[in-house]
Order: sequence, then structure tokens, then C-alpha cells
Amino acid sequence: MTKVKITIGGINKDAGSSKEYKTGGWRTMKPEVDVEKCIQCLKCFDYCPDGAVKKTDDAIEFDLDYCKGCGICAKECPVKAIVMKVEEK
Amino acid sequence: MGEQKGLTIQGNMATALGAKLCRPDVIPAYPITPSTLFPEKISEYIADGELDASMIRVESEHSAMSACIGASSIGARTCTASASQGIALMHEMLFIASGMRLPIVMAVGNRALSAPINIWADHQDTIASRDSGWLQFYAEKNQEGLDLMILAFKIAEDERVLLPAMVGIDGFVLTHTVEGVKVPAQEDVDEFLPPYEPPHGKLDPKEPMTFGSLGTPEYYQELKYDQVEAMDKSPEVIDEIFEEFEKEFGREYNRITPYKCDDAEIILLTMGSMTGTARAAVDEMREDGEKVGLAKLTVFRPFPGDLLKEIAGDAKGLAVVDRNISPGFGGAVFAESAGIFINEKKKPLMKNFIVGLGGREIFKKNFKEMYKKTKKSVEKGSVDKMVEWINMDEKVMR
Amino acid sequence: MSEKEDKEMFASGHRMCAGCGEGIAMRTILNEAGPNTIATVATGCLEVTTTAYPQTSWEIPLIHSAFENAASVASGIEVALKQMDKKGETNIMSFAGDGGTFDIGFQALSGMFERKHNVTHICLDNEAYMNTGIQRCSSTPYGASTTTSPAGKFSIGEDRPKKPLARISAAHDIPYVATATIAHIKDLKKKVRKALDADGPALVHVFAPCPTGWRHASNDSVELARLAVETGVFVLWEAEDGEICDLNITHKPKERKPVGEYLKKQRRFAHLTEEHIEKIQKEIDEKCEQYGF
Repeated sequence: MTKVKITIGGINKDAGSSKEYKTGGWRTMKPEVDVEKCIQCLKCFDYCPDGAVKKTDDAIEFDLDYCKGCGICAKECPVKAIVMKVEEK
Repeated sequence: MGEQKGLTIQGNMATALGAKLCRPDVIPAYPITPSTLFPEKISEYIADGELDASMIRVESEHSAMSACIGASSIGARTCTASASQGIALMHEMLFIASGMRLPIVMAVGNRALSAPINIWADHQDTIASRDSGWLQFYAEKNQEGLDLMILAFKIAEDERVLLPAMVGIDGFVLTHTVEGVKVPAQEDVDEFLPPYEPPHGKLDPKEPMTFGSLGTPEYYQELKYDQVEAMDKSPEVIDEIFEEFEKEFGREYNRITPYKCDDAEIILLTMGSMTGTARAAVDEMREDGEKVGLAKLTVFRPFPGDLLKEIAGDAKGLAVVDRNISPGFGGAVFAESAGIFINEKKKPLMKNFIVGLGGREIFKKNFKEMYKKTKKSVEKGSVDKMVEWINMDEKVMR
Repeated sequence: MSEKEDKEMFASGHRMCAGCGEGIAMRTILNEAGPNTIATVATGCLEVTTTAYPQTSWEIPLIHSAFENAASVASGIEVALKQMDKKGETNIMSFAGDGGTFDIGFQALSGMFERKHNVTHICLDNEAYMNTGIQRCSSTPYGASTTTSPAGKFSIGEDRPKKPLARISAAHDIPYVATATIAHIKDLKKKVRKALDADGPALVHVFAPCPTGWRHASNDSVELARLAVETGVFVLWEAEDGEICDLNITHKPKERKPVGEYLKKQRRFAHLTEEHIEKIQKEIDEKCEQYGF
């Protein structure tokens, strides 16, 4: 990670800057959505601890930069539109 | 300059009045002897409409300093008062206030630490927080307590400093003792100390910032260095502001003030209210032809090593008088004074005297004794006992 | 995502464990509170995973200082904002885990309640000191094995019941106290909103499972929070204006599930025998009776 110049008192003026830290690399399982099955109830959005679910026009998609592969979305999906697959690296 | 009204008041009233003149916004405080009159006076000022500020009557000193930190982080001018166990309880928060560079000011009624519990004068409470990154000022008399409160805000809030500051007045000897003080006019203090606007950031939803980040090993050392550098560079600012104060209000302050030191062979180094007694002892000894001087330490943090070297570098002996003790070594002022001279070829022989713990009286004769002991070491050319306790009651010793 | 929440107030890239209940709670709570909010946070998982310099997951102003004082720091902020002529439209929130609320932070919290600061305290409860490695807290439930209450030949694990934090808070006669979980998102949002809108101190006690500390599958966090409510382990209620004698149970399970369903998904309870589970069931039955269901 590139280092930054320190600030007085370590005050961080860059709100939301953790987005620079990509946690997708932690993942061993990867979610996949079946767009046909998705009813856009957005339970997966609500229950994602990592803010890695994005709404699209007709379904949802995953932001794999941050998804840690916990599998909550797949488990909570009421229509079983999400499956977890082994991450290929 | 407006007229300075004369008042005869207790030390706590002097520091409270000094604080009031600085127009603090928020005063979180928890009562503790001997500094309780400070929050009482502030409460009265607010109740009577003399001060537009908010008190927070917190449930502990830890919360007092925590609330100070919260208030200061949104840019409020913030002060509190405490002593002894109270300062010990807020110890953790002292480091956090300085680490976040929040210029909080604390009036202290210097008091001993338990056990045994003791409410009387002693510098152990603030000396124990020596490493917390706060500027430390010690008053000899109530006038200094009042003035140093104003000076503390001005120095702490200076953008070259941005560090919290504590102003110590000795428990009971000053906190509860009535003395005459001159009170600067409000308009003059307003001019001397403009409203506080944090130059380094504040909590504001319009521009969100995170205070108190996790400092990993990649950044912690640089962040600490930056904070310590502000302390190291502060003497210049302190001198400048002391001078400005003198011009404005006519009273002189120095980080260390020498008294009859020019030709002195032996110098007594004191801090706090004992200095008055030491001065009287020096005068009497001078009348007897002894070449003795006195140096009064007003600023303990940052330690004014530069001035001490100037004042005492040519003396034969330096008697460092400590109203505190670090068990296993000696007094804190002594340890620092000794450290300052370590690389100097020309330096005085040094002795450390522990005095006045837990409110034990310190008499002129005690200073004369310290002088004699130091003189003896100087004549002998060596120090047999580096640290000596003065005015001990041999009858009760086990 | 509702319309007003087009920007996430709790940014991705935080270092919480996969499946962390706190992550779900924080996104929901901060999005509900919105940008005009100032927060304090106690030392703990939430703080270390979201503020590693020079990064921060907080899109709102935040101050962390120590473990036990999130409520005191918030008190200072609240009073200072009022004093300095702000209109009082800014939400002031303090966040702490169960350790920072039930144990070490309780004095500061009680003081904040008593002084009637307009602060909403959020307790993210994962039932042990997780940040330091799963040590027992007064929030730890009976029978849970932690690193300082390990199950063993002579130990059932934690041998005390969970401290009733929310009821103790309500006894302070404050305007709003509620319990919530990460499984009941609408309910959580509603309660956070009520807490923020209350004129005075409020507490929302949020049940947030921890896969690392409870040793359950990372995809079970929401399911466990749901099961805690369905079994009666955790009761959802709210108390307005100090009405502690007349709690409003906000979700009554139609038919309570046996507690074993909840316990058996977590390895912190793996050592419990059927006898133990029966005992726990009995205690839950008694508790639910007290709550009126």
C-alpha cells in the first residue's frame, strides 16, 4: 500500500478511504447470481456485511473487490438465486 | 489597556477567574479536594450569567477528560480541574488528548497520591503524568495561577503547539489560601486570546474526519515524533507569548526565573509555592554573606534545560528540591536536571532533596539545611548521598 | 436500498471477519442515521477494523479515544454542539461492543443516561471480548465456552446468566430503549430512527453474531440472530419514556423453537449435554413467561 504523509494528531480527513483496501482477496468461495431467478428483494443487499452487493436494473451484482465470500447472501436468498462456488485463483 | 482590578481571593478562585476570562465553551468537571472550588466557581459564573458556557457534571474524572476530548474535538474551548486521584483516574485520557492534539486546559490543585490517602500539597499527581504529552506549568502564588490559565490557553491553542496544558497550584497552600491578585480586564484578555478555531481539523458533518485512528507500526512512530516535536519546539512559542503577556499585562513570566544567581556558587532549584519560602531563606543567607541563588521552575514540560544550563552552568552546586518522588531513583526535577547536564564539561555538583510530601511544611531553615549540605559536598568535591529527605520526624520513624 | 440511502455511510474495505454481524448492523444503522451524524466509538473490533490509519470506513465524523468512554466523549460533543449555537439537528451517536457497554463502559453510559444527553448509544453485542480473543464478558450467556470461561471437566463454560443490559438501561427512565438483531433489518432501522428522534438518551442493543467467537459457519450469522429470537434466547422489545413495566414486545415468535436448534449451530456450546440444554430451555421458558409469551 502506498504510504501517505501524516497529519497533525493523526486526523484522517479522507472519509470512506477504506474503499482503497480490497478485501476480495480473502475469499475462498465466490457468490454467483442467477439473474433469471432474482426477484430483487434485496435481502442480500441488507445482509451483506461488506457492502458488496449492488443493485442493477434487473437483478443484483457482486462487487468482488470487497466480497469476503461469507455466503450469507446465498443462505438468505428466499428464491435460491445465489450459489457459492469455489474461488478459482 | 483596561484597568486591572485588585481582588483578594483563594487560589482556586484565581484559576477559575483566569479560566472565565478565557471564555471557555465547555467545562466538564468532577469535584475533588483540593480543586473543588474551581468547578463551584465556574458553576456560579454560569448560574449568575457572568459566563456563557456549559458545565458537564460528569460521573468521574475519567469521563471529565473524555468529555473534554469530545468537546474539544468539535472545536470548543474546553477546560476542567482536578487533582491527585482524579488525575490518576484520567491518566489514560491525558495521553489521548495530547495524541489527538487537543488544546484542553486543566487547573490542578496539586495533591499527594494514595496510599495513605492524603489531601495536602504535593506534586506527585502531575509529575506522575509527566509523560502524558501535556505542557505543565506550576504557580508560586495565586496571581501566577490566574495568569498561567490565560497563558496556558494561548500557548496550547497556538497552531505551532496544539497540545493540552495543565496549570498546577499547590493544594491548600495556594488553592485555599487568600492572596491579592490583579485581574486583567475582559476586553484585554479577549484581545490577547482570540476565539479558538482548530487549525488541524474538527468533527463536523460538512467535512467528515476520523479522529483517533488505529496507528499501525507503519505510522505510529512518525505520529508520535510529530507530537513530540511540537512539544520540543514549544519553548520558542512559550517565550514569545510570555513576552507578549508582559507587554500587555505588565507581569513577567519565564520558564525558569533566576533570583540572585549571577554570582551564586550554590543554586536552589524549586517549583511551586515553596519558592516564596526559599526566596526568603536565600535573602537571609545572602545577608550572612553566603553566595546562594534561587531558580524557580514555572514550566516543567517542556523542561527548560537550555535556561537551566545558562543559570546554573557556572555554579558549583545545584540543590534540586523536589516535592515528588520516583521510588527507586529520586525526584523528577532532579532526574531531568541531571540529564540536562550529562554532556556538559562544566556543570555543578548536584544534590536532590525530597521535601513537603503530603503537605509536610517546608521552612526557611530547611532550605538553609539543603544549602549547607550542598556546600559541604562542593567543598568535599563529591556527593555522598545523592537523594536526601528533608524535615523528617525521626521520632516516628520505625 | 431506499432512495435516501444512495450513499453508503459505512464504507467497504473494512477488516471485519467474513460474515461479521457487526458489519450488517453498522451498514444498516449508519445508512439510517445519514450524513448529519457525529459518532464516537469505543475501542474494540469495530474500531480496529474500520480506522487503520490512513484509512477509515466512516463517511461521517468519528472519534475514537478509549475503551470505556464512548458515552462520555459523546456527552462532551453533545453539550459543545448545543453551547456553540448549533441547531441540534445533528445526530450524536456512541458505538461500543458488549464489553464497552455492559462492563468497562457501563459507568460512562449510566452517566450519559442520567444527565439526559441527546445521544443514541448503540451496543453491538457479540457476547464476549472478541477483539482480544473471545474472553468472557457479563454479556456472555450461560454455558458458552470462551477463552476465560473454557468448558472442561470441572466447568460448563460461562456459569452466569447474561446481564440484562437493556432493562437496566430502561430503568434510567430514558426516552427510548430497544433490543434488535441483524436478522430483523426493518425492525432495526425503525428502532434506530426512534432512538435518534427521541428527545434525550436512547439505547439500541443490537444482537450481532460473531462467526469467529461463536465458532459457527460464516453464512449462519443472520440465521443465528433469527433463531435467537425464534427460540426466545433474545427477546425483541422496546420501552418508551421509561415504561419498563410495560415493555412493547416487537416480535413474538408464533411458536417458540427449541433452544437446541440455536445452540447446536455454535461450537461455543458444543460441550453442552442434553441435560444442560434442558436446563437452559427451562430458564428460557421462565424468562419468556416474564415477558408474557
